Amino acid sequence: MSKLDGKLAAAKDLFLKKYETFESGLNGSYNAPFNETRKSALNAFSNVGLPSNRLEDWKYTNISPLLKHDYKLSATARNLTADDLSKFLFEGLENNLMVFVNGRFNKSLSNYTVAEAGVVVDNLRHQVDSGSDVVKDHLSRHAGFEEEGFVALNTAFAHDGVFVSVPDNTEVAEPIHVLYISDSADGEFFAAPRNLIVAGKNSKVAVVESYHALRGSDHAYLNNVVTEIVAEENANVEHIKIQDEDRQAYHICRSQSHIKRDSKVTQINIDMGGRLVRNDLNMEMSDQNCEAELIGLYMGTGRQHIDNHTFIDHAMPHCLSTELYKGILGGKAQGVFNGKVMVRQDAQKTNAYQTNQALLLTDDAVINSKPELEIYADDVKCSHGATVGQLDEEALFYLRSRGIPRDKAHSLLQYAFASDVLGYIGLDNVREQLEARVVERFHTL
Amino acid sequence: MMDENEIIEERIKSDYKWGFTTDIENDTVPKGLNEDTVRLISQKKEEPEWMLEWRLEAYRHWLTMTEPKWPHVNYPDIDFQDAYYYAAPKQQKKLDSLDEVDPKLLETFDKLGISIAEQKRLTGVAVDAVMDSVSVATTFKKELAEKGIIFCSFSEAIREHPDLVRKYMGSVVPQTDNFYAALNSAVFTDGSFCYIPEGVRCPMELSTYFRINAANTGQFERTLIVAEPGSYVSYLEGCTAPMRDENQLHAAVVEIIAHKDAEVKYSTVQNWYPGDENGKGGIYNFVTKRGLCAGENAKISWTQVETGSAITWKYPSVVLQGDNSVGEFYSVALTNNFQQADTGTKMIHVGKNTRSTIISKGISAGRSNNSYRGLVKVVKGASNARNFSQCDSLLIGDRCGAHTFPYLEIADSSAKVEHEATTSKIGEDQLFYCNQRGLDTEAAIGIIVNGYCKEVFRELPMEFAVEAQKLLAISLEGSVG
Repeated sequence: MSKLDGKLAAAKDLFLKKYETFESGLNGSYNAPFNETRKSALNAFSNVGLPSNRLEDWKYTNISPLLKHDYKLSATARNLTADDLSKFLFEGLENNLMVFVNGRFNKSLSNYTVAEAGVVVDNLRHQVDSGSDVVKDHLSRHAGFEEEGFVALNTAFAHDGVFVSVPDNTEVAEPIHVLYISDSADGEFFAAPRNLIVAGKNSKVAVVESYHALRGSDHAYLNNVVTEIVAEENANVEHIKIQDEDRQAYHICRSQSHIKRDSKVTQINIDMGGRLVRNDLNMEMSDQNCEAELIGLYMGTGRQHIDNHTFIDHAMPHCLSTELYKGILGGKAQGVFNGKVMVRQDAQKTNAYQTNQALLLTDDAVINSKPELEIYADDVKCSHGATVGQLDEEALFYLRSRGIPRDKAHSLLQYAFASDVLGYIGLDNVREQLEARVVERFHTL
Repeated sequence: MMDENEIIEERIKSDYKWGFTTDIENDTVPKGLNEDTVRLISQKKEEPEWMLEWRLEAYRHWLTMTEPKWPHVNYPDIDFQDAYYYAAPKQQKKLDSLDEVDPKLLETFDKLGISIAEQKRLTGVAVDAVMDSVSVATTFKKELAEKGIIFCSFSEAIREHPDLVRKYMGSVVPQTDNFYAALNSAVFTDGSFCYIPEGVRCPMELSTYFRINAANTGQFERTLIVAEPGSYVSYLEGCTAPMRDENQLHAAVVEIIAHKDAEVKYSTVQNWYPGDENGKGGIYNFVTKRGLCAGENAKISWTQVETGSAITWKYPSVVLQGDNSVGEFYSVALTNNFQQADTGTKMIHVGKNTRSTIISKGISAGRSNNSYRGLVKVVKGASNARNFSQCDSLLIGDRCGAHTFPYLEIADSSAKVEHEATTSKIGEDQLFYCNQRGLDTEAAIGIIVNGYCKEVFRELPMEFAVEAQKLLAISLEGSVG
């Protein structure tokens, strides 16, 4: 047994021990049918444990820094006022806001009024307790936990998260903003946000999920997120995730989209913060004529480690997937990209395009990139391209010869590099405000 | 009219054309593998003590290793105790001319189309023919000797040039490198050794023909090529193997060292028995090939045409240690029926201003699976490293798979790395264009596939390019409609 194996086993035992305390704190939820799922997930977790970097999928990510903490299952946050949140909000979305603090729903800070009939935006826990049919049909039906330690851990400890259910033939006009705030002033803690987004037939919805930390939180914390997205026939879902956690935080996220006939899911993933970040974004094209877009931008500096794994499963014919991931790495940051596209035997007439590009700004930054194609059907068009490089010297010279200082020229070129990712964001006000935040971030790289 | 799939199915049934065996008495070591087997092999080959020690070291390490399971291939577990580890044709006497060679052996070479006499007279290619692990004839040795070039069997090199062998053997692929390299280091029977002295340009293409002949004999070849500063050599390796029902294990090791300003070009045409159309039999080809650009401006180029073997597991690599050194990899891998190939390359950039190019063309037909797996690694401090990779896959039929697993590990900000991959099938418009001009579909496919592989074929020496094109045509025969 290696040293890491020992640490992994110890961390696993620690979580298993904590489950009893957790379960007794569930109160009313204890009798919900979901509790059975928790128990099998706990069982799976005890079998699988946490991943070691000897697994091919974790080859470049060693989770040992995450293991050395004794996380509390619930941490008290400071009293927050609306002012504390203001810098995390998007102009125009203030009235469509769901706020979670340290993984717990905060009703007083949330501000959501449903305009369209039948649309439910709620905290998941409430829906679980009240025995919602949507929960019964979809929760934990898509993100399998049998073989994945972190999904199992989340499923067992899932406390709360956002629940969005859009009925058939309904277009939700305003995007929903889900804000996760972490405050570790009280000590190291663990949270397991669990989100469920279900879009009915011919419906349309956009969800912006953002993760932030309060300044002055000086302890590490672990956010272990699972999001399930279901797009029924001819639905259109846009999901934007902005991860700007504390530099001491660990963020492990898994999202699973189940895409039905004629529907489209766009997932845009912006990573800015975190000490160790791992995203697993899976798209399952379960019927014909679906479309998936997986778009991402990651920026790392210092000792950040950002790992994005994507998996697009083309199970049926006539589907299209587009993937674009870009990374900018400075300091001693490490980036990992693994994009897998699977085209199964029946998935004829599939078009799948993938691009990933990385900019290395310093000699200590590292990128490990692995685009994968696994193809079992012949009448397909699939391609992937990967590049790693640095800012173009000639372009820099061009800008500087026109009187633009070096720093500014650098940010301009970085902005140009990142802008086509942000261009995929369909919500104009979100895109503009996000652009400003991203540009601001360039100066710190 | 038959539907497209039926035509494909029917045409796929093209047989292995080089399937035959020669009855030559074999001198074999009993089945199984233990320290005694290793000692016995070493003894039979009349090896010095240091060689035996080296083998035993490798064997002991091999015992601690486990078989790699990460390649994208499936096969039943191999029983390493159920194989012969040594088989040599009985006739061991040294020969000076072809007249002394067993006529049956000569006949075999005739069937293969590599009659030594013919080769000698017409092509001027020196052939070190390896049949079941023991060299039987070597040509043009004198001419090479005049230039100081050493080109001989590995066992001869151990006897005649122990200093060189000891210095370089295992320096690129250590005994402990991987499971199959360790196995090879313990039990290798023979292979080729090639040494080009400083400033010498080898006047001819060097080639070796490998051939597995005895049933149930694992073939463990070892090749070592050393190019001293400023030298040049082009080395060819090609193989065909007879029909066999049981799977045969082939675990070769090839090491290349290119010193300052030296250039080594290594070309392979691999056509081991791929198994029959039901996936029965065929060679398991688990090969470790690696080159080291040890000095400045060194260049190593791998070109391979892979059409045979039931399972191929092979990643010819280049370690670019010297500044300004160059690594190249050109590959055509074709799989048909139930063949599985997991092949690609590794380019490790260590020195400054190093460059590498990867061109890989995969063609899958029948029910085969063809994977490209490649690593481009730029270590910290390898400034201005440059890599370009292109991996294209062509799918013929709807039962086969084509996969791409490139790994890019970049730790230097001045590196420029590009990777491109595409997967598609032969365009109907291209076929229509050819049909319209009176070419039948099969001929059209042949032309299109050859065109698709052109970038790789033009890297091959002329004789090989012709053979490779023929091989491709034979392997593809009937696989398309």
